[in-house]
Amino acid sequence: MEKSIKKYFPLFVLPTLIAFTIGFIVPFVYGVFLSFCKFTTVTDWTWVGLKNYTRIFYVNGELDTTFLHSIWYTALFTLVSMAVINVVAFAIAMALTKGIRGTTIFRTVFFMPNLIGGIVLSYIWLMIFNAVLQNFSKTIVSTQWYAFWGLIIVVCWQQIGYMMVIYIAGLQNVPGDLIEAAKIDGASGSQRLRYVIIPMLMPTISTCTFLTLTNGFKLFDQNLALTGGNPGKLSELLALNIYNTMYGTTGWQGVGQAKAVIFSIMVAVIALLQNKLTTSKEVQA
Amino acid sequence: MAKAKKQSEQVNAARKAKHGGILTAVFTVLSLAWITPIFVVLLNSFKRKAYIFKYPFGISSKSLFGDGFEKWQAGIEKVMVGLLNYKNALEDTDFFNCFGTSLFITVGSVAAIILFCSMTAWYLTRVHTKISKLIYTLCLFSMVVPFQMVMFTLSKFANILHLATPWGIIVIYLGFGAGLAVFMFSGFIRSISLEIEEAAVIDGCSPPQTFFRVIFPILKPTTVTIAILEAMWVWNDYLLPSLVLNVNKYRTIPIAVQYLKQSHGQLDWGAMMAVLVMAIIPIVAFYMACQKYIIEGVVAGAVKG
Repeated sequence: MEKSIKKYFPLFVLPTLIAFTIGFIVPFVYGVFLSFCKFTTVTDWTWVGLKNYTRIFYVNGELDTTFLHSIWYTALFTLVSMAVINVVAFAIAMALTKGIRGTTIFRTVFFMPNLIGGIVLSYIWLMIFNAVLQNFSKTIVSTQWYAFWGLIIVVCWQQIGYMMVIYIAGLQNVPGDLIEAAKIDGASGSQRLRYVIIPMLMPTISTCTFLTLTNGFKLFDQNLALTGGNPGKLSELLALNIYNTMYGTTGWQGVGQAKAVIFSIMVAVIALLQNKLTTSKEVQA
Repeated sequence: MAKAKKQSEQVNAARKAKHGGILTAVFTVLSLAWITPIFVVLLNSFKRKAYIFKYPFGISSKSLFGDGFEKWQAGIEKVMVGLLNYKNALEDTDFFNCFGTSLFITVGSVAAIILFCSMTAWYLTRVHTKISKLIYTLCLFSMVVPFQMVMFTLSKFANILHLATPWGIIVIYLGFGAGLAVFMFSGFIRSISLEIEEAAVIDGCSPPQTFFRVIFPILKPTTVTIAILEAMWVWNDYLLPSLVLNVNKYRTIPIAVQYLKQSHGQLDWGAMMAVLVMAIIPIVAFYMACQKYIIEGVVAGAVKG
């Protein structure tokens, strides 16, 4: 049977493979190659070795901290957004699995912002932030911290509903008799949460932390539309920093590509580490 | 004893109901607060642009109680502008065209991803060769790589290969979306028993017939999940189409919104509010119609991802 399927490779695999090659494999491999070149488009490259990588941090013999700033700003943003989104989504999910009246409507409402894309969402909030902040003669890009909390609010509004839906499904899968048993053994509400529900929910928690972690790290649209990296590049998350390096000034495409390689490695390492960390805490019922 | 138990149950139920009542009230307030931003945008889309930031949350320049009814009413006429913002927005963005482009790209890409990736996933799962293994591994790898890594080269190649059109971008979305789709389809196909396929072969089905008549219908739940996840991604995606498409000719809705800001020196917030409302309406309508599938799809996608 395997043999008879095998000869259908051109029909079954080739279309996807061609698109995958154009859309991913070639751009990826060529992108890694170009990070070692000076270029303005894909055909006019000259090999420069590691120069692009050193130019990320040293420009004309002077230390340039823009990228380093962007790294820790992104890391902090990711941590804070991850914590807030997961805690709030979990709390709402707990409340909405108690069988209170109106559960379906609440779930519908909380999930809705997730379907609105990052760009549209950001302009909604840009108007609201600036309308409120003008009373204090400020805007959302007055300082990098206004921008920071603005971005946090926007991504929370967008993602809490999404994670809530996943947590609700997870909570509904926790066996009811397990919680009953803990109740009979005299475990209090917080003890049941700490020793029964959360351990049973570990797979869901690792999924949600993984999603919020990578979403935070790769965030682009909201950053572009809400703050544009202002004031003065100080609110640039990594993705926007790379974009601006690449398309902002000519002659810097190589440096942008080198930053993208570093960014990819960071994302891969974090994804792997996080996966290892949370799956080691999973338990069986 | 039994009576006491019954009583305590009643007390419990009463306490639960009271508790539930408070929670319902709390969540009603929270839900209203949660969608307030959307209503503020809707309200502001009918205001004269100069007044949007002056009275962002009100409808009149005068207070009903402080200034009296007549002044309040006159204030409304001063602030509200009817559908002018919508007229401006439609002219500035050519919104219906953008909507069509977005719809075409989303439907086309999702259809292509579903069709080709399910076929590929079936082949890769059933045929155990080194090439199968390699392609599958590359698919997994592509899910981790951030778009910034390939955006420059991808957009240049798309240009060289004349893919800078709504038709061409479908190829790019198929390539870039293949990772997730192949991964999820493969996961499901592995759980389908081989006996079903063997029975089909005995009945005289060729491999394509086996796939399209037997396997593809079984895949339906996964197909719905993938369709929803990919549709949410493609519809809202900004960076990929803005780099790949020739934006002077073709614009999706997110591109139209972003370019509204860039086209004039100063952003016309009135038109922006109208565009935002028009961008939100189709999403909310779609959500209301397919809510069950969307939420199930998100959950199923998260469990497998």
